[in-house]
Amino acid sequence: MHRLTDEYEALRKSVEEFSREVVAPVIGDYYERCAFPYDIVAQMGRMGLFGLPIPEEHGGMGGDYFALCLALEELARVDSSVAITLEAAVSLGAMPIHRYGTDAQKAEWLPRLTSGETLGAFGLTEPGGGSDVPGGMRTTATLDGGEWVINGSKAFITNSGTDITGFVAVAAITGHREPGEDGRARPEISTIIVPSGTPGFAVSKKYSKVGWSASDTRELSFTDCRVPEAGLLGERGRGYAQFLRTLDEGRVAIAALSVGLAQGCVDECLRYVRERRAFGQEIGRYQAIQFKIADMEVRTHTARLAYYHAAEKMLAGEPFKKEAAIAKLVSSNAAMDNARDATQIFGGYGFMNEFPVGRFYRDAKILEIGEGTSEVQRMLIARQLGLPA
Amino acid sequence: MNIVVCVKQVPDTATERKLSSKDNTLDRDAADGVINELCEYAVEEALKIKEAHGGEVTVLTMGPAKATDTIRKALAMGADKAVHLVDDALHGSDALGTSHALAQTLKKIGFDLVILGSESTDARTGVLAAMLAERLGTPQLTLARKVDIDGSAISIERVTDYGYDKVTATLPAVVSVVEKINEPRYPSFKGIMAAKKKPVQTFGVADAEIDTAQVGLASSWSEVTEFAVAPPRAAGTIVKDEGDGGAKAAEFLASKKFI
Ligand SMILES: Cc1cc2nc3c(=O)[nH]c(=O)nc-3n(C[C@H](O)[C@H](O)[C@H](O)COP(=O)(O)OP(=O)(O)OC[C@H]3O[C@@H](n4cnc5c(N)ncnc54)[C@H](O)[C@@H]3O)c2cc1C
Repeated sequence: MHRLTDEYEALRKSVEEFSREVVAPVIGDYYERCAFPYDIVAQMGRMGLFGLPIPEEHGGMGGDYFALCLALEELARVDSSVAITLEAAVSLGAMPIHRYGTDAQKAEWLPRLTSGETLGAFGLTEPGGGSDVPGGMRTTATLDGGEWVINGSKAFITNSGTDITGFVAVAAITGHREPGEDGRARPEISTIIVPSGTPGFAVSKKYSKVGWSASDTRELSFTDCRVPEAGLLGERGRGYAQFLRTLDEGRVAIAALSVGLAQGCVDECLRYVRERRAFGQEIGRYQAIQFKIADMEVRTHTARLAYYHAAEKMLAGEPFKKEAAIAKLVSSNAAMDNARDATQIFGGYGFMNEFPVGRFYRDAKILEIGEGTSEVQRMLIARQLGLPA
Repeated sequence: MNIVVCVKQVPDTATERKLSSKDNTLDRDAADGVINELCEYAVEEALKIKEAHGGEVTVLTMGPAKATDTIRKALAMGADKAVHLVDDALHGSDALGTSHALAQTLKKIGFDLVILGSESTDARTGVLAAMLAERLGTPQLTLARKVDIDGSAISIERVTDYGYDKVTATLPAVVSVVEKINEPRYPSFKGIMAAKKKPVQTFGVADAEIDTAQVGLASSWSEVTEFAVAPPRAAGTIVKDEGDGGAKAAEFLASKKFI
């Protein structure tokens, strides 16, 4: 059932080695400087990680979304900044182009995205709200002389301001629909590809973040920003629906990333408790420590099964919304709980940035917020159980 | 160009390695088998030469059945096909025996260039490339940190204690590489999937016309008669700096022949 095939296992191992040999020795320094690790990203590109779920004819690896999840888990075991950079680039950047793009859009972007030379970003959240997307959206796009004219702003957009960012796919209100049953008019939301450097598209300086410090997150603003009409991604008015599909998949990916962080906490603790001594013996001999680690392992294991299961349903083409929400909820909890326990086991060293667990602690919290908060996951699960909105 | 890379599976250096109490040889089942690190550099160099000059890369492994994992990894990196030399008669072969077995196989499959890692992390004899070249009657270019090929001319930079020597020869030849030579690539998923479909030919001693009197534990020129677990490392000496720290440090280094 949940046994990896030889090929998945070989990929997992390949990324495990890469993370240990290439990422682990240098990432702490990037993190400390809040610098984007271009060098590591380029190497991830060379080993094909950015093209994992994309067919070979577009420069991809011909794998699937589960292969991406395995890679994310192994990266996040060592560091979450590089993992989220990959997650956002593939799941939010390349996949919407692959799934909804025209032939011309695919030809223009996919080869560059799958090689990791170019990053794509996904601009949904606005300063006014991320959970209630249609309600919080203020950004508009209107057609004028064969061009979209975009006005508004976006908040917290991953990969949107690196030197290698190619575009941001921006969700914007393009009109209004007939009022629904409740009598309220609903906005028509569409997605438009805005290439980096387009006049009127401004990228702010990086946020100062609690965690994910070596990843790129920016606020964006659009002032009479004009792009060709052909920049529409997918159908007009389907922007929100497309994003929902993208977010469902993205939740499985974030679950995998969270499991990686949870596993990284277990890995680090197993090493440390055999070395660190207190009151005359290794701290790993104390039951209080052993039980903590056992609990950490249980959380990691169950969270992994949850995301494997969600991915299995997704790849089988079955509905997986509930399973994706469950996987995201349990695994982000597991990551948060494990990070807290691992830091406790490390004592004072756990509070130091130079130790991976210090980074894990700072990186864990966002997992309960990004790609749908834990409350939003519970709302989704309740809806799937038929409870009223 | 027909390039053959000799690749060995070794016990993972990250796990505890043991000798078997049965016949005092390495217990290959006790530890996870991984590709010998320097062999990855050899595969990478072969792939680079192929990318620059065309040709085909064949992986040649002598080892037990589970060495197929190592073959798959080399194929996933991009090698075209593999030959797996596997036979109970080969168990316990020393470097001389191994070089005979590999040389016989190489004669069978043909080659323009043979590339090896300069040593393995288990036996660490570092003599195989020289022995192979001798048995094959080709030039040996060992400890290469750089390889250049121009038609049938091959030249390498051979690392030495004082820098490097330039060594040139004509193909066919045997080259061994050191880790300075390149950065081995990590297998991509496409490579991993493609490796499934690549041909792996299995050879036994008879197929390669290996003389069984020259291989295996019984024919080995050296024998492990007994072994003991290494004693735990003794505590170091702490030298207190009483104004003469520099002199004491120099004394220590001199006693170890560092200066
Ligand atoms: C580092 C980082 C990277 C990000 N990357 C991207 C990106 O690439 N693209 C993108 O579009 N967005 C991105 N985001 C935004 C992220 O998806 C949002 O922050 C998230 O969806 C939450 O939205 P919000 O911050 O507006 O919180 P709000 O929606 O304002 O929520 C505030 C609180 O209210 C709770 N809440 C809201 N509604 C309800 C309800 N009905 N019932 C109960 N509780 C409720 C929430 O759970 C939360 O606890 C990123 C965020 C961060 C921090």
